Amino acid sequence: MSDAHTYPHEPTGVETRKLGFWIFLSTEILFFGTLITTFLIFKGRDFPGIKLTDVYDIPFTSVSSFVLLMSSLTMVLAHNALETNDQEKTRVWLLATAMLGAVFLAGQIYEFTEFYHKGFELSTNIFSSTFYVLTGFHGLHVFIGVVLLLALWGIGQRQKGLSLNEGMNLEFIALYWHFVDIVWIVLFTVVYLI
Amino acid sequence: MTKIIEPKKSNIFSRPSSEKGIWSWVTTVDHKRIGIMYGYAAFFFLLIGGLEALLLRIQLSSPDNDFLTAAEYNAMFTMHGTTMIFLAIMPISAAFFNYLLPLQIGARDVAFPRLNALSFWIFIAGGLFLYSTFLFGTAGAPEGGYLAEEVSKLASAPNGGWFGYQPNAGLKYSPGTAMDYWAIGLQILGIASLVSAFNFITTILNMRTKGMRLMRMPVFTWMTFAVSFLLAFSLPIIAIALFFVTFDRQFGTTFFLTEGGGDPVLWQHLFWLFGHPEVYILILPAFGIVSEVLPTFSRKPLFGYPAIVFAGFGIAFIGFGVWAHHMFASAISPVAQAGFGLSTMIIAVPTGVKIFNWLGTIWGGRLTLNTPMLFALGFIGMFVIGGLSGVTHSVVPADTQQTDTYYIVAHFHYVLFGGALFGIFSGLYFWFPKVWGRMYNEQMGKIHFWLMIIGFNLTFGPMHWLGLQGQVRRTWVYAEETNLGFWNLIVTIGAFILAIATLVFMANWIYSRRKGDIAPFDPWDARTIEWSIPSPTPVWNFSKAPEVKSLDDFWHQKYGEDEDGRAVRKEGTDELLLQLEEEGLNPKEEIHLPSPSYFPVIMAFGLPFIGYAIIYKSIPLALIGVILLLIGGFGWGTEPLEEEFESSDEEKPENGMTKDYE
Repeated sequence: MSDAHTYPHEPTGVETRKLGFWIFLSTEILFFGTLITTFLIFKGRDFPGIKLTDVYDIPFTSVSSFVLLMSSLTMVLAHNALETNDQEKTRVWLLATAMLGAVFLAGQIYEFTEFYHKGFELSTNIFSSTFYVLTGFHGLHVFIGVVLLLALWGIGQRQKGLSLNEGMNLEFIALYWHFVDIVWIVLFTVVYLI
Repeated sequence: MTKIIEPKKSNIFSRPSSEKGIWSWVTTVDHKRIGIMYGYAAFFFLLIGGLEALLLRIQLSSPDNDFLTAAEYNAMFTMHGTTMIFLAIMPISAAFFNYLLPLQIGARDVAFPRLNALSFWIFIAGGLFLYSTFLFGTAGAPEGGYLAEEVSKLASAPNGGWFGYQPNAGLKYSPGTAMDYWAIGLQILGIASLVSAFNFITTILNMRTKGMRLMRMPVFTWMTFAVSFLLAFSLPIIAIALFFVTFDRQFGTTFFLTEGGGDPVLWQHLFWLFGHPEVYILILPAFGIVSEVLPTFSRKPLFGYPAIVFAGFGIAFIGFGVWAHHMFASAISPVAQAGFGLSTMIIAVPTGVKIFNWLGTIWGGRLTLNTPMLFALGFIGMFVIGGLSGVTHSVVPADTQQTDTYYIVAHFHYVLFGGALFGIFSGLYFWFPKVWGRMYNEQMGKIHFWLMIIGFNLTFGPMHWLGLQGQVRRTWVYAEETNLGFWNLIVTIGAFILAIATLVFMANWIYSRRKGDIAPFDPWDARTIEWSIPSPTPVWNFSKAPEVKSLDDFWHQKYGEDEDGRAVRKEGTDELLLQLEEEGLNPKEEIHLPSPSYFPVIMAFGLPFIGYAIIYKSIPLALIGVILLLIGGFGWGTEPLEEEFESSDEEKPENGMTKDYE
């Protein structure tokens, strides 16, 4: 910025866009917090009808959770590769992250379909409603993340490749992706394990 | 010879370049223009909300009246509340934030100018979506209910109250699509406020000019900061709750319906967990405004600046812990009732701190009783009444008597009208010269104030005793035998005086915008740095980044102290002001402003289509919405950034304006 010397920016020392992004993530915590709280409130209710425990398959979901967690690793590898300006590796790891995310989503779609066939539908009862809205909301976040990753991968195909200092860059998507992963760790524990 | 910067035209999308006419307003990202548009749009909705209130008051002016049907009355009070809160007071506050925040912290614009435009257009899209219910919406009554009558156009609006209590606002008791318009409309409006909250928090943290430490920021900026946090942390809660409502109504879930194991009280918890912080979202901006107005016209520094700042944040923080005092009449345990009663009493403490600070500010000051000051003083008086009646609600046994009576209506109108709106009017007069470069008409301003304070007290004062006598709110008739007719008539007369006061205000505004005296450079001998630049504010705000050395920096540039500690105007202040005006109008350095953009408005108008698609289960409408969002998002990501500018040498016009913004 040409007037950077007359217009001092960033008294906090955090880059403005990154700061804005962190604040956005902090509100996401409230979104998921409200959903999780609602889920927990209804989880203990005594209400007749089919429950999640009647239909779920923990080994299957554990595997897809593992896939999602591994995508955080590949995301870090992509970031590291870009720090050393290794464009080739950055692209590979970005694509790997997107693919792992897609596998997780495919697993979720498969799981939802199975549950539906077993009679655990969105409007069956309060247990099914809270389950689908909570995990579906997370799935939507993963989907948006996959779209962003693929878009970034596409942008990375051009001549000058990617850089850490431009626009809505790899770092923000990485922050978002890790956040969505952490949320899943909480969801998996709350929804399936306890 | 000064350089102006032209955007590069080589990218896929070039940025719009019109500087005049409607497109320059549609595509603007200038925080001042966005602020002005927020103000006008919000005032328009304020008028609509006021008209709805007048219809309600005509209906209640005499016993057993049949001016409105019950269904129409329900629709009117629902739309009145929703409009005033989400479409009038909140966006008028946003207008102040937008216009003033960058000026008060010495910035050129907000942190994310395009996001700022996006917030505004989403607000417009959400407001239009909500009001399109009168065209497309349907509202019915449950089968066999006594409300099942011919539903007029006026009644085809949301009718479950602005609080949308479940299951009354559910599909069974509120059939038709009107309540869907309400739920999705609020969802869209929430996105607008959420986006602006990120933007303002980041702006305040990261865009402060040299020397503008946190504890040197004007109180209005501090209150903007507090409100932004409240928005950022309370709106997600209501977003999820409205999401549940939409699922219940559209997809057969039972989050709030006992039939499927759901819980209607959960709605109340989620709604008021948002709804109470919302009250402070509405009132804190007014606190900020009067904290600027009172010191200026008392010619004293603000009494206890740190106390006022911390009290503001104390209110914001405790504001998240008092929500269940709206629910004392619902099924919550006695322990919870006692706890929330206590926290409600506690939140009165930081509020009281502020009131004593304001009194300390005017104490012994040399008061100038002009219009903004009168409104600020009126604000203190009315807000104290509203605050005191508020504390009475913390006494649970008393509150269960007052719940759903006009006593409550009186209380929150004293807080939100006598408080928030009086503060807003004070600010509108105070910064009028800054925004338009002209003075408002003082006589008309004073007439406005006196009509308003008389009308206000006639309208809402008697509601206290009407409520204590047992008149219930949200009910369209009362019987002759109740003997409530006389005071209800007085209340209606008061409401019409308020309408006349508003007309006086509008006349003053329109007249003064065109014919008002040219405003001097610093008409109020003010304290904060937004007055150290010319009026109306140049498009670039500050011609060079100001350096702030103390709290009330502009005052200290003008005034020193004598041996007794009295303020003395420094020698050479007049020259300083002339010099500031000269410098402010003729920037010496390159200035580049964020370029306008088409994409915020395109993105924003994708959202209502998605709303219609959910209500009418229509794939084509959903596709239109998604495509608009994608075009907006893709264009947003690929249009040239501010960094990619190249400068071109060009002679600046004589008056120093690089762009003619009039």
